[in-house]
Amino acid sequence: MLFQVIWFVLWGVLWAVYFMLDGFDLGAGMLYPFVAGSEAEKGAVLDSIGPVWGGNEVWLITAGGATFAAFPTTYALMFSYLYTALLLLLFSLILRGVAIEFRGKAEGAGWRKGWGLMLWLGSFLPALLFGVAFGNIFMGLPMDAQGYHGGFMSLLNPYGLLTGVLFVMLFLVHGSLWIALKTGGRTEGRARRAANGLWYALLAAAVAFLASTVFATKLYVNYLKAPALLVLPAAAVLALLAIKFFAVKGRNLQAFFASCAAIVMVAFTGVAGLFPNLIPSSIDPASSLTLFNSSSSPYTLKIMTAVAAVFVPIVILYQIWTYRVFRHKAVDAAGGKGTY
Amino acid sequence: MDTLALSRLQFAVTAIFHFFFVPLTLGLSLMVAWMETRYLRTGEEVYLGMTKFWGKLFLINFALGVVTGITMEFQFGMNWAQYSKYVGDIFGAPLAIEATVAFFLESTFIGVWVFGWDKVSPGVHALSIWLVAIATNLSALWILLANGWMQHPVGYVIRHGRAEMSSFPAVLTNKTGWLEFLHTVLSGYVIAAFFVMSVSAWHLLKKQKTDFFRRSFRAAATFGLIASLLVVFAGDLSASGVARTQPSKFAAIEAHWQTESHCAYNLICYPDVKGQRNIIEALKIPGFLSYLAFGNTGAKITGLRDIPEDLRPPVLGAFLSFRVMVGLGFLFIILSIVAFIRSRGAGLESRRALLRVMLYALPLPYIAAQLGWIVTEVGRQPWIVYGVLKTSDAVTKTIGPVQVWTSLAGFTFLYGALAVTDAYLLAKTARKGPEAAPAGASENPWAGQEA
Ligand code: HDD
Ligand code: HEM
Ligand code: HEM
Repeated sequence: MLFQVIWFVLWGVLWAVYFMLDGFDLGAGMLYPFVAGSEAEKGAVLDSIGPVWGGNEVWLITAGGATFAAFPTTYALMFSYLYTALLLLLFSLILRGVAIEFRGKAEGAGWRKGWGLMLWLGSFLPALLFGVAFGNIFMGLPMDAQGYHGGFMSLLNPYGLLTGVLFVMLFLVHGSLWIALKTGGRTEGRARRAANGLWYALLAAAVAFLASTVFATKLYVNYLKAPALLVLPAAAVLALLAIKFFAVKGRNLQAFFASCAAIVMVAFTGVAGLFPNLIPSSIDPASSLTLFNSSSSPYTLKIMTAVAAVFVPIVILYQIWTYRVFRHKAVDAAGGKGTY
Repeated sequence: MDTLALSRLQFAVTAIFHFFFVPLTLGLSLMVAWMETRYLRTGEEVYLGMTKFWGKLFLINFALGVVTGITMEFQFGMNWAQYSKYVGDIFGAPLAIEATVAFFLESTFIGVWVFGWDKVSPGVHALSIWLVAIATNLSALWILLANGWMQHPVGYVIRHGRAEMSSFPAVLTNKTGWLEFLHTVLSGYVIAAFFVMSVSAWHLLKKQKTDFFRRSFRAAATFGLIASLLVVFAGDLSASGVARTQPSKFAAIEAHWQTESHCAYNLICYPDVKGQRNIIEALKIPGFLSYLAFGNTGAKITGLRDIPEDLRPPVLGAFLSFRVMVGLGFLFIILSIVAFIRSRGAGLESRRALLRVMLYALPLPYIAAQLGWIVTEVGRQPWIVYGVLKTSDAVTKTIGPVQVWTSLAGFTFLYGALAVTDAYLLAKTARKGPEAAPAGASENPWAGQEA
């Protein structure tokens, strides 16, 4: 029981950290054609995510691997039920990765344009699809003892799409704050303006999401049972407001951290509402996948806990170190080099 | 085709594609790390140039290795849900550990290496590429411990309707996994060595940048000689491991029909699967097959006729793949010896025959490695976990042929396009050769090209 709960929490943390980190890569991938004008400015934006996107994406791979190791039944059913959505996600992530690495490796405007488009698509689609997937998980999937009764189209329901929009907005604001932080000159200015403008859309999406969550999902049941949990959505709202507070003043770093907190808190809000389900069933509560009925054996969970306890802190340490190594602004022909 | 056949095909396509990039990454990361270390030790500019030129090729290849790996990580759940449910308690652990201890290390430090030329000290920079090299090899260890468990399951009990882990140490020390690891990383070193020799031969044949490519060729020839000797040695260990743990695979790859002791080895052999015998058997070495399998010329070996037909792997495919791999293994030894000797002396540029052979030999080690996986995976059929779970019971029940047709077509198209692009970029970069005047260590060679 203890280890199952530990892994449930870790499961939530892995997804939250993934969204927090890759969120700004995805956001930057969606925004760079709009905030960067010249080729040099585009290069600077891509240089800002270049050193870190790979390490960020591994949080997703680890979230997948951890789901497999700790909750194999959830891994099996979640990924096979969401087959088509996951396939699209994989294709997009593949395109994004290749685009980042290949775009600058050959000359020619056509080459760059082509990969630039792939980068945009490969950033937008994952943001949307992750949101749609998690929106549907919050609602519950139509599954019972016979299996799954939905399809790809049934995922595209209003609440799923709304969550998709929320994720896109979160990552857009997150990405624009990252770009503002990491570039100088005109790019920085445009990115900051984008963050300030997009923030209103984010706020609208967040309000709509919170309100419809009460109607579309059963997440609120946990909050009624343990009102102390309400600190999570409260923190999400506070962080959201803090983004604007700092962004208006041009305090890029603080605004960026606020948006980190907002993403993590939104993810926690959802996961805390799910407990003890990983994936609730919308048609047969007995078929919900919970941390009890879908987990690995206590022995495996113990081994995995030991591994995570040793290695995850090491990973966090060296990743923080690399963010420090690359703390300088990416060189931008227009703005020059700076440090924050 | 049904969902099972399609899922198998899709797994094979995506795995083969992933493994097209993996082995070069395993070997070339080490070679680049060695080059950069040489530069630090000697201060000779040519080693810096080598680090950058081969490093660029390494990065192009690496990118596709990474993106195709993500597919592999999620496919078990998508197409092999029954498998994932049944053995996830054991199989998930090495996968999760691989990500935690290897992928993070490798993906984080590759960023430091590419973008950190002017941001970290030369020592830390060289350390980064060493960490990348170590991490990729470490990732191979974990994935092969996972695969080794499918070949030879250990440390588990069947409980609650699934396989549960009973001993993590047993999974960690599974000899099958370690043998696969040894053999596979060595095959990657052979591929990297042949890759460097092939590209160098192209330039040497054109007599351009001869000093640069002579040195590259010489280093690769040494590396290749060691690796090709060891890969055959490790393959032999694997084969006797297979004889002990997977008798049906061993019988299939050796086309061995009759259970008997004192088995001879036929240097030339061709099986007739329907007739359950070999139509050609020639150049017999008495007792040698028994010796290869169990280190004893008198040992008894189970023949295919004593294995129920529905538990036999596809014999012809396994047999032919194995024979060709082994043949190529010996060919690589010969080629490496010649290349090694010729690259010692002066005048490598004028050894045109050798250079031409090495230029065109490039596909061979790739073919050998893919055949090796076919031996391993096809030879394990009809089991997905040997003796525990059949492949036909492992496939996802809730997806239909239409979905898998779609995904298979998507993967084939996308991967095909990526393969063409990758080949184009590699060829272009390889042909262009190193930058005329190697940039100083303080300058990012990729600056202005974002990555
Ligand atoms: C013998 C080695 C080997 C084998 C058999 C496999 N891989 Fe692999 N994999 C590697 C060796 C490797 C590598 C050399 O470590 C790669 C290639 C390029 C790279 O960056 O790492 C890699 C990359 C890679 C990645 C991306 C890591 C990242 O983002 O940095 C994932 C998720 C996987 N692999 C997963 C798998 C799975 C699930 C496999 C089994 C079905 C598999 N690999 C077979
Ligand atoms: C740890 C790594 C690997 C695991 C866990 C693994 C597992 C599997 C699974 C689940 C299947 C599908 C079931 C089947 O048809 O056998 C399969 C098939 C296959 N795999 Fe692997 N595999 C791994 C690595 C590889 C690699 C790197 C290759 C490289 C080429 C490869 C080649 C194949 C082939 C050719 C098949 C098709 C066999 C057939 O359908 O008869 N595998 N493997
Ligand atoms: C005389 C030489 C060789 C022998 C006796 C040999 C033997 C074997 C055997 C028995 C297997 C199956 C292991 C299993 O099912 O667990 C295997 C697999 C494999 N071989 Fe070879 N091999 C030889 C040469 C080579 C060469 C030259 C390469 C590549 C350059 C290569 C690459 C592979 C790979 C990648 C695999 C799959 C991974 C594994 O199971 O280890 N082999 N080999």
